[in-house]
Amino acid sequence: MKVRVFVTLKNGVLDPQGKAIHHALEGLGFAGVNDVRAGKLIELDLADGTGDAEIEEMCRKLLANTVIENFRIERAETAGSLGA
Amino acid sequence: MNSAVIVFPGSNCDRDLAEALRLVSGRAPAMVWHRESELPAGLDLIAVPGGFSYGDYLRSGAMAALSPVMKAVTAAAERGTPVLGICNGFQVLTEARLLPGALMRNAGIRFVGRDVALKVENSQSIFTARYAAGEEVVFPVAHHDGNYQADAETLDRLEGEGRVAFRYAGAVNGSARGIAGILNAAGNVLGLMPHPERMVEPAHGGTDGRRLFEGLLEAVGQPA
Repeated sequence: MKVRVFVTLKNGVLDPQGKAIHHALEGLGFAGVNDVRAGKLIELDLADGTGDAEIEEMCRKLLANTVIENFRIERAETAGSLGA
Repeated sequence: MNSAVIVFPGSNCDRDLAEALRLVSGRAPAMVWHRESELPAGLDLIAVPGGFSYGDYLRSGAMAALSPVMKAVTAAAERGTPVLGICNGFQVLTEARLLPGALMRNAGIRFVGRDVALKVENSQSIFTARYAAGEEVVFPVAHHDGNYQADAETLDRLEGEGRVAFRYAGAVNGSARGIAGILNAAGNVLGLMPHPERMVEPAHGGTDGRRLFEGLLEAVGQPA
């Protein structure tokens, strides 16, 4: 069972990396970039039947630092759908 | 003073810290590997050193905070044993929730490695008793993730309870309210990004850091 965890900075938390990417995009001549926020995508391959509560616990205990980060869990609809 | 320095894979200031402790207390600290689940008995100080524990994977300090030895460090901190976390050690202590807040990527993106001026905000703690409140000292910093952040309520509480130990005198890394080092509520845990252990003898370019260790020595009843 494939699960994707998206870890993003909370609103209001300054994102130095997002800001640098924003500047770099502008430097490349891309106009109209209003804002950039950088985050992490963590792909997990879990035993079938792993419950939401357990995945959330993984996020809270390790994958995200909830002081500054939010997380969102996305279950792949079918096995293999995370492939390129 | 009986002290221990915790060593993680990727620690690189452990020997600097051990040398500072040996110099000031006359006794070499125990070097405790991260896999240990118990600490030596009768410790007066646990020091968590700088470096890049576990390659800073996931977040600085995140993996180290889960290592077996940190359970023992947390238990000792809760019993009142002084715990000092420097640089990556500070990051480890926040990830282990022994200190509030988090240390994010520097606001300027770049690694910052230079001497910085700090203001001593609290001279009443066991770590800062040998400094005067408001005094300016110089310690080196060497970090990529030193940008201290916490929610406004936490920051207000830290300020209100006198738990901001050191503040940057100028802009360094974007830290909220210029915070360079904080204490826990009980006052026995200090985390700071600058390196006092790299300012303990004249050859270091200054000795401002030495008094932090001397103050600790005095606090545990063995004046330097």
